[in-house]
Amino acid sequence: MRRTFVKTLVAAAVLAAFGGIGYAQQGKPVKIGLLATLEGPFAAGGADGMRGAEMAVNERKGVVAGRKIELVKASSDAKPDVAVNATRKLVEQDKVDIMVGPLSGGEGIAVKEYSKTQPNITFINGSSGAQATTLVNPSPNFFRFNTEGAQWMVGLGKAALDKGYKRVMVIAEDYAFPYSQVQGFMAEYCKLGGKVPVKAWVPLGGKDYASVIARIPKDIDALVVVLGGADAVNFLNQYEAAGGDKPMIGGSITVSQDILNYKGKRRDSLVGTIAGSPIADSYDAPEFKKFVADYQKAYPVSSGAYPSPSLFALVYYINMKAALDGLEAVKGDLSDGQKKYQAALQKMTLKTPTGDVKLDANRQAIGSTFITEVVKDKQGNLSNKVLRKVDGIDQMLGMKKEEFQMGSRDVPNCP
Amino acid sequence: MMSRGQAAIVLPAPREISFQLPRIGVRHLVVLVFLLAYPWFATPFFTFQIGAQSLALGLIALSLTFLGGYGGMVSLAQITVAGIAGYGVAIFGAASAADTAISLGWPWWVAVLISIAIATVCASFIGWLSVRTEGIYTIMITLAVGVAFYYLCLQNYSVFNGFQGFQRVHAPTVLGINLRDALPFYYLVLFWSLAGYFFVKYLLRAPFGIALQGIRDNPRRMNALGFNVTAHRIAAYAVAGVIAAVGGVLLVWYNGLIGPGSVGTSWIINILVIAVLGGMRHPIGPFLGAIVFVLLQTFAIDLIDRERFNLLIGAVFLVIVLFSPDGLLGWWAGIRARFSTSKFVTPRGGVR
Repeated sequence: MRRTFVKTLVAAAVLAAFGGIGYAQQGKPVKIGLLATLEGPFAAGGADGMRGAEMAVNERKGVVAGRKIELVKASSDAKPDVAVNATRKLVEQDKVDIMVGPLSGGEGIAVKEYSKTQPNITFINGSSGAQATTLVNPSPNFFRFNTEGAQWMVGLGKAALDKGYKRVMVIAEDYAFPYSQVQGFMAEYCKLGGKVPVKAWVPLGGKDYASVIARIPKDIDALVVVLGGADAVNFLNQYEAAGGDKPMIGGSITVSQDILNYKGKRRDSLVGTIAGSPIADSYDAPEFKKFVADYQKAYPVSSGAYPSPSLFALVYYINMKAALDGLEAVKGDLSDGQKKYQAALQKMTLKTPTGDVKLDANRQAIGSTFITEVVKDKQGNLSNKVLRKVDGIDQMLGMKKEEFQMGSRDVPNCP
Repeated sequence: MMSRGQAAIVLPAPREISFQLPRIGVRHLVVLVFLLAYPWFATPFFTFQIGAQSLALGLIALSLTFLGGYGGMVSLAQITVAGIAGYGVAIFGAASAADTAISLGWPWWVAVLISIAIATVCASFIGWLSVRTEGIYTIMITLAVGVAFYYLCLQNYSVFNGFQGFQRVHAPTVLGINLRDALPFYYLVLFWSLAGYFFVKYLLRAPFGIALQGIRDNPRRMNALGFNVTAHRIAAYAVAGVIAAVGGVLLVWYNGLIGPGSVGTSWIINILVIAVLGGMRHPIGPFLGAIVFVLLQTFAIDLIDRERFNLLIGAVFLVIVLFSPDGLLGWWAGIRARFSTSKFVTPRGGVR
């Protein structure tokens, strides 16, 4: 914060010195609140999310339509009440115009609820991916330009069957986002004849997986592991120590870049893991390559960043880019309770590194996802290879409204 | 218990300790006027997030100060009692549409009263479990209760709704006043905080409070004098339970949601930090501690690099506790002792 402030001061001084007074006259800065988890189980992902959002701002050199962009950052620890407190501080105390965040599923639902009390502020999601955020009681000023947990898994059910996995066990964290992920996977997998005899729901931030590992049946072909951050690393270590050898199917944040960089022995056994994800390291579209190159240039590994941007960096980048593109579209005009700005966001076609994104009537993204497989390169780094890209996935996952059921602990079910 | 309580009359009580109302000094009036006028010059954010949250957390920490500072029993289960009341409001009252399968949708005042009653019963039960232990063992047993309740909330879906907990547990609208708004909610919390504060102050001068402090200092002697030590201690847990339960209801209305994270270990520790930070020698301590705690939690990120702000929070706590074992109150007492000519101010700043 202080650093941003100093930077802003320096930038202002430079502008004034070189006759850039025009900026000051065109409008006061736009304050954008940025919320990610810098504490708790997703601390590493949160830091990368912040990098992604900063990239979107730096791409425009910090100025949109003549108005300077001022980022005000806040942190939470993946708990909904902490996220709402941090958001309330940004909105009511720091008086931000636009809010970008939060990171995690449960937080997203809580922040969406809070957004209803602040109709004159535009809320744009960070990377939270629970279905309910935009599906149940949507808020008219909460926008999500990333596809969510279930959408990310479309195509994975078929890929798993293609690999010959006919029976799988699900191990997932016990909250909204993994429910969505598991639903996205199982909806397709069950329909095509796959069986899921056991589902184990573990607490977020759990340290001990011994009881879950003991419950893994012998007759399954693979494990569907939907754990994120530190949880995934803990599980992998303990599964390795227990002598486990089942192949894995990963959730979107299980095989994200921060997991692929972990240093245990089990690391090599990750090779061959298939996953559904909105990001794939080796996707070769020029826009994505440019995004990766920009990330690597701005955040070298020596500064604590990943060799390649993580899901959080990409998704925060997409949402921040949407915020700025929308601002450009209305020429920086946020007057009239931001009505014009929100209308512009609603009908915008957003160009992202992974393809175009449009919003549906609930302000939820319709976009693409990747089916990936973990491979090892010559330097020994693990990365995700693209097996398939699925485009135009909406929140109903291509199903009819009547047959669509939101994911929960018991839905869907095919033992 | 009641019949034995009468024995307090035979205690050679100092003259100060009688049933008269506490003397009201100028500083009391200044603080009261400030608290009442606060929302008129503070922004809604400062009224709600700083003011109301500090007072609600202070009220819960007050129950710990009462137990720890005057009963000599440090209970880590106070946020658990508050959480039971909070869950009660969500379960008996109306929560969001998605949760109606669990929420019973009773009128808010029925839900609140029943919740506080249940929380008080649970607090007495926790007391009954732990009063036979002393010192570190009390801490251990109440910590165990707190963590067990956390896992119960996390893993039970039929009553506590698991990890998700309950969303949209909002304060009701009473007589056309929406208690969710910053201003009415602040005054609601302020009223109950003052009530809690004066209740504890009164109780400490009543025979029950005197007996409790006697038990803190020497349980054997009090037992020999004919006091039922166990009964007094359990009663203290029950009283602290009521205070914590009221705080819990206010806190759940403040957050608008409750889940296992609201009663987890981080909050168990936070309540202890608030109580210790403020000082356990006087019922004003937990409120001071809560203000410092909330200000730090909210603004530390503005003062220091974003990856390091937890370090600042920790450092401030460390400095306060290191330089004053009695927390902020200890500093206050030290300053008074230095500048006052009166010989009657104890360095502990305790109730005299």
